Amino acid sequence: MTFLDFLKDPVVFLTQWFNGLLAGWGLAPGAVQAIGVIAGSFILATGAMLFVVLLIWIERKIIGRIQDRLGPNRIGPWGILQSIPDMIKIFTKEHITPSGADKIPFNVAPVLAVGAVLMVWAVIPFSVTFFGVDLNVGLLFVVAVGSLGEMAIVLAGWGSNNKYALLGAFRAVGQMISYSVPMILAMIVPVLMAGSMSLVQIVQQQDVWFILVSPVAAFILFVSSIAEVGRSPFDLVEAESELVAGFNVEYSGLKFGMFYVGEFLHAFTVALLFAALFLGGWRGPGAEEIPVLGFIYFFIKTGIVYFASVLIRGSLPRFRIDQMMDLNWKLLTPVSLLVLIVTAVAYKLIAGLPTVIWVLIMLALNAVIFWLVGKYLELYDSQRIRREVGRRDRPIAKTKKVEAQSESGAGL
Amino acid sequence: MLSDWFYIGVFLLVSLFLPAAAITIAAFLSPKRPNPIKNATYECGMETVGEARVQFKVQYYVFGLIFLVFDIETVFLFPFAVAYQQVSLFGVLEAVLFILILLGGLAYAWRKGALEWV
Repeated sequence: MTFLDFLKDPVVFLTQWFNGLLAGWGLAPGAVQAIGVIAGSFILATGAMLFVVLLIWIERKIIGRIQDRLGPNRIGPWGILQSIPDMIKIFTKEHITPSGADKIPFNVAPVLAVGAVLMVWAVIPFSVTFFGVDLNVGLLFVVAVGSLGEMAIVLAGWGSNNKYALLGAFRAVGQMISYSVPMILAMIVPVLMAGSMSLVQIVQQQDVWFILVSPVAAFILFVSSIAEVGRSPFDLVEAESELVAGFNVEYSGLKFGMFYVGEFLHAFTVALLFAALFLGGWRGPGAEEIPVLGFIYFFIKTGIVYFASVLIRGSLPRFRIDQMMDLNWKLLTPVSLLVLIVTAVAYKLIAGLPTVIWVLIMLALNAVIFWLVGKYLELYDSQRIRREVGRRDRPIAKTKKVEAQSESGAGL
Repeated sequence: MLSDWFYIGVFLLVSLFLPAAAITIAAFLSPKRPNPIKNATYECGMETVGEARVQFKVQYYVFGLIFLVFDIETVFLFPFAVAYQQVSLFGVLEAVLFILILLGGLAYAWRKGALEWV
């Protein structure tokens, strides 16, 4: 019987066992709680860091398949252990500090890059009983802590005493602060529907997944969270053809590795947030009674979102910086404000109706917004000035063959 | 409530401690053989010219200012969103007015060309 209880909810079972053990040693209840909190946060944070090993393998494998390669396939079954020797290697690499570097920001930056992402895990509900803490301002905490990551990048860029690093850092900050506007505005929509900023509450309120109520807000959150992480197609931060590697040029060894870990963890964390805010988090059939099922549902949903972001990373080319800024300030920000207005007014008017009807009305309204955005994009595209750089008939490598091709209309 | 923030505090310390500890361990494990060439600023093999802290584009500053407006706006919108269920339709319309004023501000910045990356 106890084994079945353990399978149903290992987290609560182990916590109770651990607390009972400590209380059995004659510790005060307060001390038991404090030790439990410290041990719990260590386990959660370490688990998150070790999870990155798996994430790197998943990502390399998917990107490999997209590019018609095998990806890692030597160490362990399907190459699943590939990241472990990589990790050992990077542990034993020299830490080079460039001569002009500002020591304190240079060394603080990699720690903050990982720490800022790890902190978010404190408030994410993984199942009905398994979450760090049910903070009543959870989402605000996520936003606040998430912006510490920008700080890490500025520190890295400034501390490195390198022009490339500094330019990369400026780009990164320009991009991240810009995209956090539509991201936060899209996050307000679930808060509106749930009436609470606590992530636990938001997940519990999702009898209807919020992606059905507001698909446009979900889409905005997805796009801007990719930009927030700074991965392709928004990887202007480390545009390797322009800035070598961006803000982390001067880093080596595990300090460089920490930026890498932070990026992968951030990509997964925003997928977790998306799943919690719009895909119903751990909710699913039987998740209330058997919390382990909820945990599995949550990771399946997150996996789908993460897979989509990796797919986009593997297939789209990089934006130019003005395109990136235009996309944010001229499309995502106004549209997210529009979605917020429409949701706030419409939901107030139709809240009393049966569930199916108001969800359908919200879906229809979102379809209208989507159509309007399409029209707006058509208008925007028709008014854009296209400058032609250079002449088409420029005399480079004009062999007979090329001429023949251009005459036949190959569009040279 | 206090216990919640105690947990957050502990978690913040732990999440800073773990990467710091990893880097410290790695610093002990890794070799240390610095030399002037290796420590020179990396600029694709070229000699560095002038200061590394170069001037940056003023556009970043303009976008920073616009961001500030919208960031403060979201701070005002979060309490509205939490209280939304209790607010009457009139209150919602007031919030909509607030958002519309900000949209007007965005339109002004757009019209003035602050959103163009030149």
